[in-house]
Amino acid sequence: MAGFKSTESYIASRDLEVAVNAAVALQRPLLVKGEPGTGKTVLAHEVAASLGHPLIEWHIKSTTKAQQGLYEYDAVSRLRDGQLGDERVHDIGNYIVRGKLWDAFEADRPQVLLIDEIDKADIEFPNDLLLELDRMQFFVYETRKTVVAKHRPVVIITSNNEKELPDAFLRRCFFHYIRFPDRETMEKIVQAHYPDIKQELAREALNVFFQVRGVTELKKKPATSELLDWLKLLMIEDLPPEVLRSSDPKTAIPPLYGALLKNEQDVHLFERLAFLSRRQQGR
Amino acid sequence: MLAQFIFALRTAGIPASITEYLTLLQGMKSGVADYSVDDFYHLSRATLVKDERLLDRFDRVFGEVFKGLEPPEGDPMQQLPEEWLRKLTEKLLSEEEKAAIEAAGGFDKLMELLKQRLAEQKGRHQGGSKWIGTGGTSPFGAHGYNPEGVRIGQEESRNRRAVKVWDKREFKDLDGDIEIGTRNMKLALRRLRRFARQGAATELDLPDTIRATANNAGTLDLKMVPERHNTVKVLLFLDIGGSMDDHIRVCAELFSACRAEFKHLEHYYFHNCPYERLWTNNRRRKESEVPTFEVLRKYGPDYKAIFVGDGAMSPYEIIQPGGSVEHWNEETGQVWLDRMTGHFRRSAWLNPMPEAAWPRYQSAQILHKLMEQRMFPLTLGGIDAMTRELSR
Repeated sequence: MAGFKSTESYIASRDLEVAVNAAVALQRPLLVKGEPGTGKTVLAHEVAASLGHPLIEWHIKSTTKAQQGLYEYDAVSRLRDGQLGDERVHDIGNYIVRGKLWDAFEADRPQVLLIDEIDKADIEFPNDLLLELDRMQFFVYETRKTVVAKHRPVVIITSNNEKELPDAFLRRCFFHYIRFPDRETMEKIVQAHYPDIKQELAREALNVFFQVRGVTELKKKPATSELLDWLKLLMIEDLPPEVLRSSDPKTAIPPLYGALLKNEQDVHLFERLAFLSRRQQGR
Repeated sequence: MLAQFIFALRTAGIPASITEYLTLLQGMKSGVADYSVDDFYHLSRATLVKDERLLDRFDRVFGEVFKGLEPPEGDPMQQLPEEWLRKLTEKLLSEEEKAAIEAAGGFDKLMELLKQRLAEQKGRHQGGSKWIGTGGTSPFGAHGYNPEGVRIGQEESRNRRAVKVWDKREFKDLDGDIEIGTRNMKLALRRLRRFARQGAATELDLPDTIRATANNAGTLDLKMVPERHNTVKVLLFLDIGGSMDDHIRVCAELFSACRAEFKHLEHYYFHNCPYERLWTNNRRRKESEVPTFEVLRKYGPDYKAIFVGDGAMSPYEIIQPGGSVEHWNEETGQVWLDRMTGHFRRSAWLNPMPEAAWPRYQSAQILHKLMEQRMFPLTLGGIDAMTRELSR
């Protein structure tokens, strides 16, 4: 079995590899949860790349219905065509719009299907997809046709935990919780993304980053994607690593903090901490 | 062995089902986790646990059920350190035999024998008397019954890798019974949200439009439906002062979690037990006092009432007229509480004290009974249970 492994650009832990391989081998959906910015969506891209399958992305919004993933019946344009006397109106098949799942099922080669942020949708959404994901087939009422998957796609589902998913749905999935990477893994991730970053800068930046994450009162802790953005900024600005050393109280707020701290309460909190540490130094 | 594992998980409160068990077996059959305990751990975790709050519990059960299981993984040829052989000579062989081996070619010979067997052996081996594996009587391997068995494979370096993965308990913070933070609380409270259509018609109702148009013999007749709104209304009653001081932080978090989650949220304070007066601002208590009757009149029975308090007080404060520590109350706290829970169709009590401590306080027990067992601990699990109760 070929199997999914860490790549040059994506560092996967062993448990993630096992989970992905199990999902691929048993042809069941893989549900991925984790803090925002820990690479849930990127995982699907990497799996697609490593298996050599095309990726079909289905991004879920609060208004998305399960039916839209299968197909939609465009009644309005049929109505318009009917009133204009268009010939097409006699074949209802002309007004069936294929959804992402249909695309994935009918493709000539296996696909990777990403259902992104499933928790954004209505609470019944996962239930409506139970049978479709289990049997990989569905019925089109308008044309009396059953669509069956030629090749069962590898389904990867991400969730940010905003809604609880129904048990019946969970039973059918493999589950993986992406943990926040430890320092060692983080170094590898940074190395994978920016191979020519200055070692010293990376080290200092990671120090600052883990310090920031260590502040417990933060509303939104910065995650991997924020770190990578921030490092990119640091590299573009070409800041010397010394600037990041927090021993200087004036720089207790990290430079270009906008990439790391995403709301004003957190920035205030940091300013206060910086002020306190300055006062302590003054004594 | 595995069935026992599933039962242990279920006993621990992880809802592993038969389907998932079969999936696990299927996964092992298809070779996703070949000969590696770590991989088996990862596979079973991905198959059997579907909620990160249960991951820590899973780790604990796994550690218990598979205690002493060593990983016979990796390329054995490369993992045969010198010390093993030294141990062989120390433990297995008598002085004469040592001498004999020396005579017959020494360690090299022994090494060869070991290598030979390892090469012959294809996979993981358990039991038996020849192959290297676990639980056998061969001199090579781990956990053998051979009293002098050389504990190959239980060297520290391997051992460390074996146990640690699940013994690290990295998911401890996510356990639903332990941690409570604003974000987690929000999650639990989201359950309370219930969507219902109310308000002005703003969305095009396509099916209805088609139906109406068909009825109209093909002339367009647009139909609209109201947009979705969050209509859950919550009334929060917070115990403040006295014994509640220890719990201020948790309550503040609950409060901020509630704030963001509901469109209609009102809060009132009380001390120990609600009586005839409540107040909305603790600093300007006297000015912001409101008669409780006023509150009952103002908010309809469709509001969900949540009381937050530790319920630690003298029982008289609940069951005795004039029992309040602050003023002379004509009617007992019990009467007022009954009035409130009677008025609001759904109500519950959240207690920041750990559930195990409740029996120690008679007052907490009385309240629990008055609330008809609807007192919940202020943990993620408790809030979850409460919201389920409130939204039934």
